[in-house]
Amino acid sequence: MHPVLTLVVQRIALGLLLLLAVSAVIFLGVAALPGDTAQAILGQSATPQALANLRIEMGLDQPALTRYFNWLGGILTGDLGTSLSNRTDIAAAISQRLGNTLFLAGWAAVISVPLAILLGLVAARYNGRWPDKLISGVTLSTISLPEFVVGYIVLYFLAVKWQLFPSVAMVFPGMGMMERLNAVILPVIVLVLVVLAHMMRMTRAAILNVMQSAYIETAELKGLSPMQVIWRHAFPNAIAPVVNVVMLNLAYLVVGVVVVEVVFVYPGMGQYLVDHVAKRDLPVVQAVGLIFAAVYIGLNIMADVISILANPRLRHPK
Amino acid sequence: MTDQLDRMIAAAKAGRMSRREFVGRTTALGVSAGLASALFTKAAHAQPKKGGFIKMGMQGGESTNSLDPALAASEVPFAVNYTWGEMLVDVSATGEVVMRIAEEVSANSDATEWKFKIRRGVEFHNGKTVTAEDVVATLRRHTDEKSQSGALGIVQGISEMSADGDMVTLKLASGNADLPFLLADYHLVIQPNGGIDNPTEGIGAGPYKVVVHEPGIRHGFEKFANYFDDTIGHADQTEILVINDGTARTSAVQSGQVHMINRVDPKIAELLKRAPGVQVKAVPGRGHYVFIMHVDKAPFDNNDLRMALKLAVNRQEMVDKILGGLGSIGNDFPINGAYPLFDDSIPQREYDAVAAADHYQKSGHDGSPIILRVAQGAFPGAVEAAQLFQQSAAAAGIPLEIKREPDDGYWSNVWNVEPFCASYWGGRPVQDQMYSTAYLSTADWNDTKFKNARFDELLLAARAELNNDIRKATYAEMANIVRDEGGLILPMFNDFVEAVRDEVQGWEEDPNGELMNGRAHVKCWLA
Repeated sequence: MHPVLTLVVQRIALGLLLLLAVSAVIFLGVAALPGDTAQAILGQSATPQALANLRIEMGLDQPALTRYFNWLGGILTGDLGTSLSNRTDIAAAISQRLGNTLFLAGWAAVISVPLAILLGLVAARYNGRWPDKLISGVTLSTISLPEFVVGYIVLYFLAVKWQLFPSVAMVFPGMGMMERLNAVILPVIVLVLVVLAHMMRMTRAAILNVMQSAYIETAELKGLSPMQVIWRHAFPNAIAPVVNVVMLNLAYLVVGVVVVEVVFVYPGMGQYLVDHVAKRDLPVVQAVGLIFAAVYIGLNIMADVISILANPRLRHPK
Repeated sequence: MTDQLDRMIAAAKAGRMSRREFVGRTTALGVSAGLASALFTKAAHAQPKKGGFIKMGMQGGESTNSLDPALAASEVPFAVNYTWGEMLVDVSATGEVVMRIAEEVSANSDATEWKFKIRRGVEFHNGKTVTAEDVVATLRRHTDEKSQSGALGIVQGISEMSADGDMVTLKLASGNADLPFLLADYHLVIQPNGGIDNPTEGIGAGPYKVVVHEPGIRHGFEKFANYFDDTIGHADQTEILVINDGTARTSAVQSGQVHMINRVDPKIAELLKRAPGVQVKAVPGRGHYVFIMHVDKAPFDNNDLRMALKLAVNRQEMVDKILGGLGSIGNDFPINGAYPLFDDSIPQREYDAVAAADHYQKSGHDGSPIILRVAQGAFPGAVEAAQLFQQSAAAAGIPLEIKREPDDGYWSNVWNVEPFCASYWGGRPVQDQMYSTAYLSTADWNDTKFKNARFDELLLAARAELNNDIRKATYAEMANIVRDEGGLILPMFNDFVEAVRDEVQGWEEDPNGELMNGRAHVKCWLA
């Protein structure tokens, strides 16, 4: 077998093993949450009788180990279970929420990744001069503000003051594409502002690092223009660190945007998870936790594989 | 004068002026009070405009919400259920029982047997006619302990229920003059065959049909063409958006994406008033923020210590600082002027550091810090309120130690478990229900562990009493017992603070709940 293929298969196998370990950790963590599930669902005004009935119905009287293996078996057969608090099918509820989250994350990524890399290249080209300082200054200040502050500033000017875009980013099935884009434009702006700096700075740093190499000097002596040197010779060798940072940010766009979702009332996974944690809806919390873990692990595997493929020494072993 | 009067009538029409304000200002112009009141009624009840799409942005919804009325426990499900569902009877903004599916209610002399005559021709959204059997089946489902209904405690007292033609007869184990008020509870939405077959299908006899049900996101409705009452349900469509973030909610009403929002933070109410196109409404309700002591646990088993703590609260300061003035001071019993049969002659307890110190001395407490447990989630501003309490108590020489608890699990680990903590109550439609829920010796949620034989006896006597003068006197005696001996420290009643856009017409104050008791979108119309 080709050594690259072996490496890739190894990574994926490791990822799956990690996911299994994560599932156990999630289950333990959720089981250790303080407070009583039935009480959390029925609220302050629950009668002891109603509490007792609910506990039995939810199977909370069974031992934890039995519940873990039942759950794991369900997931392997594609059954995420039923929500305890409103008795809906978790897979159906999640698929819509996950679709919304991916939609938002997707548009934020489509805009932010090329923009960040481009800005990083420009900043590296004009290292230490005003374009570099301007780009770094602006992106670093947007990342330094907490995302909800950026959200509220954007909300105040673009939605309340000038009323250009809706403040409530409500999307639902059956909405037209343009309508949908118009609805998510504010959260997309915020997310782009939040993730831009990290990727931009890493691109800039990686390229500047490569620029110290002897072969760059050769390229310059050949008479290539600075932008050509960066694009043809420096960037391909800076891909590995850049890809890692890009993937981390993509993962963040999927799993870390609860605050932005709350500010813009976007029906994504984050809000869904928070609601169910508050209600101690264990099956939902576990399912969402596992999906988030899978996204993180998946994107990291992808970053590894791309780094491997981008490295000619690994692609063409002696 | 005519110009001014016209302007005021316009203001009353737009809901910018309350009746009291209108009458006060117009009588200042020389209009008689009777005429002024009539003018207000005419202005405020301008002909509703039909059609349009009313949207409410609300806090209090989660993606875990269900359409099963038995499980409703927060503001959004309350409003949602009132939109598609219809009740047997309802409670008006002025505290009277209003006929809905029932068109006549009568009781026997000791209030142990009640008859409800069912209105003819009321239709469910699935085309079936509402029958007496449906009503009985609904009540029966909530009586069943397996239904997990929040109304279990209310319907438990019904020992026998039967349907005969268009008459529903309910027999009670012991007399209860307030039964119609109890049956207006938000859980008791009448469902076809009681919702036994499918409690979450969202089929009711209410003014709107469920079109979209996305819990925690939005709830969409369209007008039910065969609704029996054309005095409400003016808009063609209505929608409730769940907006749990305070800033997002105020932005939505400011930018006109929704017409009304609930729970405006008192801190920003003054600022929001200045925003164009938006009015802020502060509606006195029955909800209250409290500190509760378990009267059966040391050191709170000593009434002098309890009295010391009650006297050591600066109530007005709390209303001003915690509620931003949008509320009223409490008097250590859970009833205020928003309840029928309230006795306003009971003296108001004031902050008195000297008397508090006296009682503290008399209690013989050893001077060790008294631990008060509090979480931000106990009520908005709970931690700050506890700090104010700590300072005003310190001035009386009473050492309080604040112990912060996490919001998570507060209601199962701290409230009703620890002897002294912060909490809140939403209030109930009638005094009897409030007292029986939390102050009767045998009550499930007796969160002060208050047991007083005389109080229990009075409560049961008042319940079966149909003479309102006697009931009022009895309730006053009960109020005094709780006030002077109970474990309740009640510094403030909070207003419902809401924001409404100018185009919304027909708004009225309703002490029963937020946003006109969850019916603002059904009762209002758009100009």
